[in-house]
Amino acid sequence: MESWILTLLIFLPVMGVLVMCVVSMSNLSQNKDFYKYIALFTTGIQLILSGFLYLNFDPTKSVLDSPFTVQLDWISSFNIQYYIGVDGLSMPMVLLSALLSFLCIGISWSITKNVFGYFALFLLLDAGMMGVFLSLDFFLFYIFWEVMLLPMYFLIGMWGGPQRHYAAIKFFLYTLFGSVFMLLGMLALFYYAPDGNTFNLIALIEQAPRIEASLWGFDMRFLIWIALFIGFAIKVPVFPFHTWLPLAHVEAPTAISVILAGVLLKMGTYGLLRISYPLLPGEVVNFAYILAFLGIVNILWGATCAIAQIDLKKMVAYSSVSHMGYVLLGMASIVATEPAGAEAGLNGAVMQMFNHGTITAMLFMLVGVLYDQAHHRWIVFPDDYKDKELAGKLAFGGIASQMPIFNGFIILAFFAGLGLPALSGFISEALCFIGGFSAFRVLTIIGTLGILLNAIYFLRAYQRIFQGPFNEKYKDLKDMTKKDLAIILPLAFLTLLFGVYPQPLMNIISSSLTDLINIVQKAI
Amino acid sequence: MIVSNINSLSSYLPELMILVMILVTFLYESIKSYRKYVFPLLCFGMISVSLLLYFSSPSQFRIFEGMLVNDSLSIFLKWVIIISTFSIILISKNDNSILKDIKNEYYAMLLIILLGMFAMVSATNLLMVYLAIEMVSIPSYIISGISKDDKESNEAALKYVIFGSFASGIMLFGLSFIYGLTGSTDIYFIADSLSQTDNQLLLYTSMIFVLVGFGYKISMVPFHYWTPDVYQGAPITVTAFLSVAPKAAGFAIMIRFFYSIFVIDGSPSVDWPNIIAIFSALTMTIGNILALKQNNIKRLLAYSSISHVGFMLIALSIVSIDSITSILFYLVFYMFMNLSAFFVAIYMSNEYDANNIEDWNGIGLKVPFISIFMVLSLASLAGLPPTSGFIGKVYVLRNLFSESQFLWLGIIAIINTVISLYYYFKIVKSMYFIENESLEIKEADRVLTIIIVLFSSQNILFYFYWSSLWGYLKNLIINMNLI
Repeated sequence: MESWILTLLIFLPVMGVLVMCVVSMSNLSQNKDFYKYIALFTTGIQLILSGFLYLNFDPTKSVLDSPFTVQLDWISSFNIQYYIGVDGLSMPMVLLSALLSFLCIGISWSITKNVFGYFALFLLLDAGMMGVFLSLDFFLFYIFWEVMLLPMYFLIGMWGGPQRHYAAIKFFLYTLFGSVFMLLGMLALFYYAPDGNTFNLIALIEQAPRIEASLWGFDMRFLIWIALFIGFAIKVPVFPFHTWLPLAHVEAPTAISVILAGVLLKMGTYGLLRISYPLLPGEVVNFAYILAFLGIVNILWGATCAIAQIDLKKMVAYSSVSHMGYVLLGMASIVATEPAGAEAGLNGAVMQMFNHGTITAMLFMLVGVLYDQAHHRWIVFPDDYKDKELAGKLAFGGIASQMPIFNGFIILAFFAGLGLPALSGFISEALCFIGGFSAFRVLTIIGTLGILLNAIYFLRAYQRIFQGPFNEKYKDLKDMTKKDLAIILPLAFLTLLFGVYPQPLMNIISSSLTDLINIVQKAI
Repeated sequence: MIVSNINSLSSYLPELMILVMILVTFLYESIKSYRKYVFPLLCFGMISVSLLLYFSSPSQFRIFEGMLVNDSLSIFLKWVIIISTFSIILISKNDNSILKDIKNEYYAMLLIILLGMFAMVSATNLLMVYLAIEMVSIPSYIISGISKDDKESNEAALKYVIFGSFASGIMLFGLSFIYGLTGSTDIYFIADSLSQTDNQLLLYTSMIFVLVGFGYKISMVPFHYWTPDVYQGAPITVTAFLSVAPKAAGFAIMIRFFYSIFVIDGSPSVDWPNIIAIFSALTMTIGNILALKQNNIKRLLAYSSISHVGFMLIALSIVSIDSITSILFYLVFYMFMNLSAFFVAIYMSNEYDANNIEDWNGIGLKVPFISIFMVLSLASLAGLPPTSGFIGKVYVLRNLFSESQFLWLGIIAIINTVISLYYYFKIVKSMYFIENESLEIKEADRVLTIIIVLFSSQNILFYFYWSSLWGYLKNLIINMNLI
């Protein structure tokens, strides 16, 4: 059982798709809900399995000793292995993607257009996500990384908003541009590895730092780092590669925005921590300042852009750019001279990856609830709005009294987003800043401005939509349904829990991160 | 070891069978009541050619007084050629882009080209090289102009003739230089005597002249100008045919020519890898950039095939066993992905009269079964995992790393991959994202559907034979002693 569980996590969704294909050929396909139940069932089992994995997970054991690790030869002529395993770095990501996938099936329940296609693609996407987080072979990692692109392209392009065609291809081209560079980096690692060619990420930890080669006057390791960084940075997205993000997030249907912001962005930082950090510690040390600088730019740029948005979903999308900046800052602080600082920063980064996943999922989901009823999500109508009388005016107002429960959750989500103490966002952001401060004083001081900017757009949006005189146009708005509550309660619970008691999360990640810190610190 | 003419016949059976088929086709065509038997006989003939090929064993003996060689490289490429030709013949049966009353002549032309390609992949004498290329080219001119009443088809044929004869003239000039330098047309003999030549200028000139001829055959930039026009003008089945089989044969002849003549002891005697690398970068980039703006499916696929040729040339620019193997490896995958994309295009043009991308609007939701296979083929052409196109690309690219040569070419190649995604997915976009309610659903031809499924599913089923195919090809190249 233990050696099967990771394989099941990855391939259960694929089996779900096969079942759907069988159903679509039989006469059961008359009932479109059938597909939804299959998807719900598969992701449900996946969630239970990941819960089981969490309960049996021993953070003190390394990947090599873990009972869950599977290592099989796949293509022996190219030395590609089917090598999957879970450690403290991937565990929270697995939990996050299993949870969000399950909840997103619920969010997508109202899909009516081409139900089979939607849920089949969603499950394929799910399989790809799990595969990325569990792979310990670079080739396998790359395949799963790319497998997600095609379903995502279709999900944005077919079920998205008005600009969906452009958003879909832009997302596709940007990510592919990044990942082809990653491919070159991967092949370079494979061929320049000193003890024989390998894609094995654990073996490369020891080998990659010993690569001695140069190309066009540059050190080979530096070039590999750059190639990998381009691949991961586009996914994060690091400024200036972030322009695909607002477009894709805004045009995608609600559930897909949740997955994009909640899981896919984390893959960029996960990739850096999983591959670039342990394999190229020397380059990490050289690059840390730039990484921190980019993190600060992300925080400030994302927040300033969010302030300027009048579309609620776009605002939330830019807030993701800003929040991923904290992760970058926390990651960069691994070079801090005091070990406590490095530890705080890195723990903060990984926790922020998890917490931002839950918070942003809540935000997108709540925006979706509002949009489904009001059919627009303007905070302020734009100046060129089709109805000339409304142009430039406040779109909502006083919704709080009309939708009290919704209002309660949006307060929770907004405050978690702006990092209010006792909510999960605060802990991880604070840790990132502690780490950042111990490594890069001046930069971090500038970066703390981000907290203020975050507060500005969240609070202003709250005021404009929920407070003030009630706009009579919206007197038919209904409060959240039981289904909406069922989706949001787990997320809200996690936000509160990790805000006051982050220990369960901290426990699983910290020992793996200590190993990582040791690897990188040695290179200083 | 050179075998005399009479003794050679026994290892020339597949080709003799094709010859018989050509004669039978012409004979039956001339008798009105026999015409309907041509197609069944053709199918029977093709199957027997495959069987003969299956039972023929590779050898290093050079048959017909050293004109041809039946080694494992040529036998393998004959398989690629026969699979693509047979599938084209099967599809042409119910295809309406070629007029009914000249279909049998069309089959005969295909068979002559098939014979020519068989000669191309096994030619070891410069005269035979030239003869084989002409034997492929001349019937190709005819079949691209076979739609007599279609202006574009006529234009295509004329352009093809002019370009083709010009290129082969230059090639012949180059071949005559080589003959002048060495006094022989036998490529193994040439290799020995060329190493004593110190006339570098003449050597380079002759090599480049020959490269013009080969480059034209595989549509390498800058000798590609005929490709888009011919592909667009020719009937679509002809286009599909021209896009794969002659290219495979062209690559065979290039591998044999460069590796036999210009490689001594595993390293190039003349600096042709650099030249090929530059041509490769040009071919990929220009093919891809020109494809971006195309609206006609055939033209788009023409440019896409140019860019794929550029990709295969990357491997040709590295002298190693792995790189030849990866060319053949890529050719197999390329055959499946390109032909399956073309077959869906044939289906679309037959059923919906679709020639431009916007004619494909909304197909994805109306004809879901075939469309999924089209997406698979296009993803493979674009080189996205988990399809065979990706593996082909990785295997080609890894040559650059394993030899640490031309790494700049790798960067150009991957940027081209991103560019190509845009135009391949322009088709996907119009298939799936744009709705078209007025589209009627039509029943597809069963043979065509089966062939589409068979070819296109290879893009994902390759996982089952990838490793063994690579092992087989590598063994084959090692046993050839090319290097």
